[in-house]
Amino acid sequence: MTIEIPQAFWLYFTFFALLFLDGIWCMLATRNMVRVLIGIEILMKSVTFFLIVAGFLAGRMALAQALVITVIVIEVVVVVVIAGVILGFFRKRDSLDVSNTREMKG
Amino acid sequence: MSDLLLLVPFAAVVLLNLLPKRARAAGTWIAFAVLALEAAAAFAERFGYAGEPAWSPLGAVFGFHVAPDGLSGLLLLCAGLVGITALLVAQKTLRETRERFFFANLVLVALVGINGIAMVRDLFSLYVFVEVTAVATFILVALDSFTEGRGTEALEGAWKYILLSVIASVLMLLAVAFLLLSAGDTSLEAARGALAARDPLAWIAIALFLCGLFVKGALVPFHGWLADAYTAAPAPVSVFMAGIVTKASGIFALLRIASSTLNGATPGREILLVVGAVTILVGAFLALSQKNMKRMLAYSSVSQMGYIALALGGDLRLGILAAGLHFFNHAISKAQLFTNAAAIERELGTLDMDQMGGLGSRMPVTAGTSAVATLSIAGLPPLAGFWSKLLIVLALWNVGEYGFAVVAVLASLVTLAYFLSLQRRVFFGKRDERWAAVRETTPGLWVPAVALALVTIALGVGFPFALEILLGGGA
Amino acid sequence: MIWFTVLLVLLVLAALWASMASALLRATLALALTSALLAVVLFAFGATLAAVLELSVCAGLITVVLVSVTSLTQPRSLKEQAADRKRRLRRFWPLPFVLIAAGVGLSFVKVPVDIVMRLPAGDGDVRTVLWSLRQLDLFGQILILLAGVFGVLVLFRKEAK
Repeated sequence: MTIEIPQAFWLYFTFFALLFLDGIWCMLATRNMVRVLIGIEILMKSVTFFLIVAGFLAGRMALAQALVITVIVIEVVVVVVIAGVILGFFRKRDSLDVSNTREMKG
Repeated sequence: MSDLLLLVPFAAVVLLNLLPKRARAAGTWIAFAVLALEAAAAFAERFGYAGEPAWSPLGAVFGFHVAPDGLSGLLLLCAGLVGITALLVAQKTLRETRERFFFANLVLVALVGINGIAMVRDLFSLYVFVEVTAVATFILVALDSFTEGRGTEALEGAWKYILLSVIASVLMLLAVAFLLLSAGDTSLEAARGALAARDPLAWIAIALFLCGLFVKGALVPFHGWLADAYTAAPAPVSVFMAGIVTKASGIFALLRIASSTLNGATPGREILLVVGAVTILVGAFLALSQKNMKRMLAYSSVSQMGYIALALGGDLRLGILAAGLHFFNHAISKAQLFTNAAAIERELGTLDMDQMGGLGSRMPVTAGTSAVATLSIAGLPPLAGFWSKLLIVLALWNVGEYGFAVVAVLASLVTLAYFLSLQRRVFFGKRDERWAAVRETTPGLWVPAVALALVTIALGVGFPFALEILLGGGA
Repeated sequence: MIWFTVLLVLLVLAALWASMASALLRATLALALTSALLAVVLFAFGATLAAVLELSVCAGLITVVLVSVTSLTQPRSLKEQAADRKRRLRRFWPLPFVLIAAGVGLSFVKVPVDIVMRLPAGDGDVRTVLWSLRQLDLFGQILILLAGVFGVLVLFRKEAK
């Protein structure tokens, strides 16, 4: 499989920005914890994409790849920890909604 | 030798988990030993491990690219002292052996992260170690949320902390990508070069990374998570977080970046000044209106972190020295105040300051030590906090930022106001008859508080001598 | 060139689906699709090792975690979702339009900074880079996995009786 890769920074930046915007929106516009987690994941996808693009344009593919591998490992652990928090919250509250169960006052 | 700072705590974690289940209570002693070594290593640095690693057999196997310096030594000492305090507090406040065991393990994991932050010279590795520390801390905040009778506050505190941390991570990774585009490498050396060459991409990179660190260090406008996480976390975790985690992963990384890349150049300097001043004021006024003791201490932390950002915006050489000192003083005093809070919570079962009063005669040691720490943070001579604030004001004055210097001085008055209000509400005034039977807390909680208060006093009184050592260490 | 752009458009569409889908399970699967598409993109860039990891770990492992969370919280959360549908719609309907507007807007912007593609110099193999230059990051990976193990032990625990 050979795909011709364009060498245009702005093209990639546009797509990165769209993914990023989508992730942020998904994270902020919902009250369901699982959806927030999905938003976080979309954000991480956008960053992974941008790191590889940066490595490609800078001619440091191997370095960028090494960084991305580390990022993916960290991402998994963070997701597992978040999942644990969500499940714990659900077991105590029987709800996935963060906003209407606030026990803390400012 | 600097490799050992990463490998020894790691080996200790492995060792802890090889212990048979019955011997787990002994695991804490291993953690104590590691933390004591950590504090000792801060002084060993003076005898030249920065040169390394020709004689180190491990250096040949583990080619970690780390470079400790005077600033690292400061962080190591803080981490050692605060870690020991947190472990002592854990012995008296966490009920189950299982929780204490996990606490010791996670503190050690976070410690490796902190040591990494202290020594790395690479933007991406810095991110990795900040993340290691953060993940260990997420779990610590939620540590006792499954024991009976606990609500979901701890989980909610952890949740907020995680969300803000993820946003910080994303910003830092973007910074790494921009630096890669600009300089083709991720080391701080490369960043410095690209910044000197006035590459706009490098400026974007550093600005994004600083934003990420502002979130981690809970500077205004990113301070929302801190009070919830500190208040909801179990007592020893608040001590550990307030004393070292937030400081290392936000503030120390900020210090490192400012000292090794910024060179006091303009856009970065102004951002630090404004963010610092706003943080000081917002944090101080939020602290003024709190009822919960831990929440007040948390907002006070926010406010004091503003001083460090402000110092970095001043005269660079003096600013870094002042910031480093303030960092150390505040870490020690805040760890001590959270220990005091743990003692009060253990004896009274509440942290609501409106229900307290007149505890001074019942808990004289707690009252005395907390007075030392609060006065030091408020900047009264001859305590340690006075000197670091003086240096911060000087660092601002030297470069002609008179307005910000005045803000720094005036905000000290607000600090004094909320801390006096804390003292008055908790230790003076009329005592509720509910607390008639309250006695001084166990030695397990007041001994570390006294030790930390002595550090504050000693550093304050012997300040010229301490400054000599610090300057000699090349800070 | 055109195929690559189409691939990127698909990637964004999959992410959009993941954030808009009304059923959580479907959103999770859309996220897996996003990961898989990203893996293809990484592969096209020549980052084969990262692509494999993205496919197996993100599209595989994380999806498993998310699906289990969704199904463990299912009966209650379904009710919540039904009650929440109207409000979700109100909050999410602008998103596609915002994305389209942003995409069109950005494609008209002239690039403010000039980025010159550098020749892929002797950058070396990713395995060599990871094992010899980025050992510290590998160590960090081991540590964070260790922290993750403790996370599972602490957080996935049944309530004490």
